[in-house]
Amino acid sequence: MEFDRNSVRKVAHLARLELTADEEQQFSGQLSSILDYFEQLSELDTADVPPTTRVIDVSNVTRSDELQPYTDREAILQSAPEQEGDYFKVPKIL
Amino acid sequence: MTAAAPTKTQYEAIIGLETHCQLSTHTKIFSSSSTEFGATPNTNIDPVCMGLPGVLPVLNQKVLEYAVKTGLALNCQIAPYSKFDRKQYFYPDLPKNYQISQYDLPIATNGYLEIELVDKGGNAVRKRIGITRVHMEEDAGKLVHAGSIGGASRNENRLSGSTYSLVDYNRAGIPLLEIVSEPDIRSAQEAAEYGRELQRILRYLGVSDGNMEEGSLRCDVNISVRPVGQEEFGVKVEIKNMNSFSAIQKAIDYEIERQIEALESGEPIVQETRLWEENTQQTISMRTKEGSSDYRYFPEPDLGPIEVSTAQLETWKAELPELPAAKRHRYEEELGLSADDTRVLTDDRAVAEYFEAAVALGASTKQAANWVMGDITAYLKDRKLNIGEIALTPATLAELLELIEDGTISGKIAKEILPELLADGGSAKELVERKGLTQISDTSALEAIVDETIAAHPKELEEYRNGKTKLQGFFVGQVMKRTNGRADPKLTNQLLGRKLKG
Repeated sequence: MEFDRNSVRKVAHLARLELTADEEQQFSGQLSSILDYFEQLSELDTADVPPTTRVIDVSNVTRSDELQPYTDREAILQSAPEQEGDYFKVPKIL
Repeated sequence: MTAAAPTKTQYEAIIGLETHCQLSTHTKIFSSSSTEFGATPNTNIDPVCMGLPGVLPVLNQKVLEYAVKTGLALNCQIAPYSKFDRKQYFYPDLPKNYQISQYDLPIATNGYLEIELVDKGGNAVRKRIGITRVHMEEDAGKLVHAGSIGGASRNENRLSGSTYSLVDYNRAGIPLLEIVSEPDIRSAQEAAEYGRELQRILRYLGVSDGNMEEGSLRCDVNISVRPVGQEEFGVKVEIKNMNSFSAIQKAIDYEIERQIEALESGEPIVQETRLWEENTQQTISMRTKEGSSDYRYFPEPDLGPIEVSTAQLETWKAELPELPAAKRHRYEEELGLSADDTRVLTDDRAVAEYFEAAVALGASTKQAANWVMGDITAYLKDRKLNIGEIALTPATLAELLELIEDGTISGKIAKEILPELLADGGSAKELVERKGLTQISDTSALEAIVDETIAAHPKELEEYRNGKTKLQGFFVGQVMKRTNGRADPKLTNQLLGRKLKG
């Protein structure tokens, strides 16, 4: 299955990745071969098989609405590249 | 016959609303941090809502309960099998770079709510607005523009020229319901009423405070116009940033005008998102809409599916209160109240239940309605109180109305002692007795007072007898003054009428 350079650019844009022309070329080939590999699955007849979204068969896993504040808020703040006071600091948007 | 002038094209608006509602849970949708509004920035955060590696989200049971109850209240089908999905996009208010939402198997679908508008003749006009779907999702954090901490919304930030932004993730992971209507709405007034009814239902259920100013209820509007009779829809525009129902109404009216003008002058309407600007009272273009396929939804692997059992569904169904539309029907059809009175009484569930309790204790429907909507509501507004915060119980109100009904006190006296009952509560009967406010309706006792009054005003009596019969009102006033308002007004008038004529 051909995954052309335009598709590579689109996916790169959605993932906010900057690729060089060489990389676009390289990934176009690699992604095409990955898709080809998955393509083998379509050889199977799955007309009567319901889609599987997860392999562990559990449903309705819930917890009660009880407050348990996380105690190390500072560690989360410090794990970001930049902070200002109580805030996370990020580059200007748009 | 004159030549027909070219008929002006009639247009109609096609409107749908997408509403986000914050649920009133103590903790977040997938983690145990607090949902408290207005906390110090980034205090209600934890590894789950921040999307740190290796964490496992677990659904809050209350969120599911509230979502199902809302679905039931909106006459929806509750999905026997529902799941969560990841919606991918990059924005700094979204720490995981995806939002956990529901895509193709939402918890509730295919319902409706009923709005009631009152026409010029005071008649109720009812209309059903379809509900496409209700789904659960997490809220995002909040961006704060550097230099304006505590104020600006995301939209204002986008438009300003700062070099960096600050992020508060307290709101990230707060449970939301997204409620999507069918494009059944045809006017700004219907849209505002749809919003009000939705807010009423959410508050009746107790699943959300529905507060628009704090952002617990946020409405986005999709709107297009087309010539009446045309089958296909016009180009759809989305409007955001309205924080009151009247802003929704004004934004829609503005947008209908703008789109009709564009069609008439042959300008293209672009599919886009526009922002309502409160200062200038107009909508402005924000960005062109991207295709929804760019969100690359896929099933959330960390959360199991939801299968609400029949037994669970029945339990939650049984816990639903009587909802606003059902109350309106009952008040109008069984209690015989007008559409206007009904709207006022049923707007707030606590007020409606207060009124119903007084009626159940024997108060007349009409009297109880008048007192609740009149003096009691005025007092609540004046003191900024809820009906649950006053000392006057429905039982005391019923007792007070009974005292008027059986002639023990006049309506005027009742109004006078009301503030004391509202503030201190207690028995109306005891208060009336303690203050000696019982109405004088004994004929001989009142006759004596009437005689004294007439004797004290010989000049007015003469004028009356010379034909100035309007002076009867003056004598009534004098009797009331002598009795501190306790004289039975009807009997006073009868006695005066007889005695003044001589």
